[in-house]
Amino acid sequence: MSAASPAARRGAATRAVLYAILLVFAVIYLMPLYVMLTTSFKTLEEIHQGNMLALPGEWTLAPWREAWGSACIGLECNGVHGYFFNSIKIVVPAVLISGLLGAFNGYVLTKWKFRGHKVVFGLILFSCFIPFQIILLPMARVLGLLHLANSTGGLVLVHIVYGIGFTTLFFRNFYASFPDELVRAAQLDGAGFFTIFFRILLPASVPIIVVTIIWQFTNVWNDFLFGVSFASGDSAPITVALNNLVNSSTGVKAYNVNMAAAMVAAVPTLIVYILAGKYFLRGLMSGSVKG
Amino acid sequence: MSNASPDRDGGARERLQRWLPKLVLSPSCVLVLFFVYGFIAWTSYISFSDSGMMPDYTWVGLHQWSRLWTSWTWGIALHNIWVFGLLYIVSCIVLGLILAILLDQRIRAEGVLRTIYLYPMALSFIVTGTAWQWFLNPGLGLEKTMHDLGWQSFSFNWLIDSNMAIYTVVIAAVWQATGFVMAMFLAGLRGIDGEMIKAAQIDGAPAWKIYARIIIPQLRPVFLSAVVVLAHLAIKSFDLIVAMTGGGPGNATAVPATFMYSYAFSRNEMGIAAASAVFMLAVIAALIIPYLYSELREPRS
Repeated sequence: MSAASPAARRGAATRAVLYAILLVFAVIYLMPLYVMLTTSFKTLEEIHQGNMLALPGEWTLAPWREAWGSACIGLECNGVHGYFFNSIKIVVPAVLISGLLGAFNGYVLTKWKFRGHKVVFGLILFSCFIPFQIILLPMARVLGLLHLANSTGGLVLVHIVYGIGFTTLFFRNFYASFPDELVRAAQLDGAGFFTIFFRILLPASVPIIVVTIIWQFTNVWNDFLFGVSFASGDSAPITVALNNLVNSSTGVKAYNVNMAAAMVAAVPTLIVYILAGKYFLRGLMSGSVKG
Repeated sequence: MSNASPDRDGGARERLQRWLPKLVLSPSCVLVLFFVYGFIAWTSYISFSDSGMMPDYTWVGLHQWSRLWTSWTWGIALHNIWVFGLLYIVSCIVLGLILAILLDQRIRAEGVLRTIYLYPMALSFIVTGTAWQWFLNPGLGLEKTMHDLGWQSFSFNWLIDSNMAIYTVVIAAVWQATGFVMAMFLAGLRGIDGEMIKAAQIDGAPAWKIYARIIIPQLRPVFLSAVVVLAHLAIKSFDLIVAMTGGGPGNATAVPATFMYSYAFSRNEMGIAAASAVFMLAVIAALIIPYLYSELREPRS
C-alpha cells in the first residue's frame, strides 16, 4: 500500500523532468538580463578580474551615475539622460496622435462602410509590413524640405505616419466585433457620427486603447532605424545614443557603464511589460495571427 | 414656407453626415498614399536613375541594378540573409513549439514562466545586442567564465570570427523571438477541439503519437503565421546586427538592411541603395500580400 504504483511513479518522474527542462529554459532566458544587471553594479576592476556570473562583490552605483550624467557620446560627455528625454518627447505625441487616427479609422472602416472599404484597409495595413529601407531616402529629403531633419519633431511625424497601419488594424478588429445594432439604434435616436463614437464606442474601447498604447509605446521607444537615419547629435533617441556609446567609444571599454546605459534604455519598456504583459501579448498576437 | 428652411438645414446636415466618415478617414489616407505609396514609387524610380549623392532623374535603365548584382558585399548580404533567415525561422519554430507543448501540461507556474520566456520581446534590439555582445565577448564573457569554472579548453570566439559571427546574431535573435512564437503556439494549442484527443486517449494512444498525428497537424495555420511573421522580421533585421557586430568583422555579417543603409548614408550611392530597398520590398510583398489577402477574406465565410 505504501509504495506508489509504477505508473504513478513514472508519471511523477516525467513531471520532474518536465519542470527541470522548463526551469533550465527560464534560466537561459534570464541570463542576459541578469548579466547585464549585475555587470552594471560592478567596478571595472571586478569585471576584469571576477566572474561574469558572480554577484558584485562590492555594489556600486557609479556606472549608473556615469551612464546617466557623464558618459561620453560623440563629443559630448553628458551621459544618456538628454537622449532619454528625447525619446519621451518623441513617444508621447507619436503614440497619442497615431492612436487617435487609428481609432477613427477603425470606427469608419467597420461602422460606416463604403464601397472599397476593404481595399482602403488593405492599403493601410500593408504599410505595417514594408521594409522601411524603401522610404528612408525620400523621407530624409522630405524632412529636410520641412526643416524637420535632425529634430525630435521629425521623428514624431515619421512614427505617426508609419504607426497608422497598426493602430488602424487594432481598432478595426476590435470594432468589427462591436454590435452594429447599438450603432444603428443610436442613429435612429438622432445621434451623429461623433456622438456615437465618443458616447458609445469609445467608453467600451478601454482594452484596445491599452493594447494600442503599449504596442506603439514599445515600438517607438525601441526604434533604431528611423532614429539613426533622421536624427543625429542632440536630437537622437536613447537607442541611437546607446549604440553610439557602446560601439564607438575609444580607449578602455567601460562595460559596466555600457550595461547601465542599456538598462536605462530597457527599463521603460520592461516596466510596461511587467505591469501589462497581457495587453502586450494581445498586441503582438493581433499583429500576427488574425487580420 | 415655414418648414422649408429646417428641411434644407436637415438636408445639409445629412449630406455632412454622409461625408463625415470619409472626411475623417481622409487624413490617414493622404498620409499613407504620400508617405508609403508615393515614396515607394519615388524610390523605385531612383533605382533606375543615375542618382549618386543627390537625386538625378536621368533614366539609366538597369544600370544600378547590375551594379548591385555584381557587388561583392551584396552577394555576402544575400548569402547572410539566407543563412540567418533559415536558421532563425526554423530554430524559433522548433523551440517555440517545444516550449508551448511543455507549458501546456498543466504547469503550476505557467504564468511566471510565460512572462520570463516572453520578456526579451519587449526589449530594444540595441539593448539585446549590447547585452549579447558583452555576454559573448571572448576576453571577458562566456569564454572566460568557463575557463574560471575549470573548463580550460572551452573556446567561443564566434563574435570576432568572420565565418561564425552571423551565428552569434542568430543566437541572440532566436533568444529574443522564441517566446513570441511560443505564445502563438500556446494560443493555438488552447484552441484545439478536445474531442478527438479524448477519443485517442481512450484508444490508448501514447502522448507523442497524439501530438504527432492529431495536435500538430491542427496547428497548421499557426505555423503559417509564424513563418510569415518571422521571415518578414528576418528580412527587416537591422538593429540587432548593428548593435552586435556592426556588420563586421569586415563585411562578414552584412545583410540587405545594413547594405542599404551604408550605401544610402555613408557611401552616397542613392541608386544602388534604392535598388536594394526595392528588392527587399519585393521579397516581403511576395510573402505578405498573399498572406494578408487570405487573412482578410476569411471572416466572411
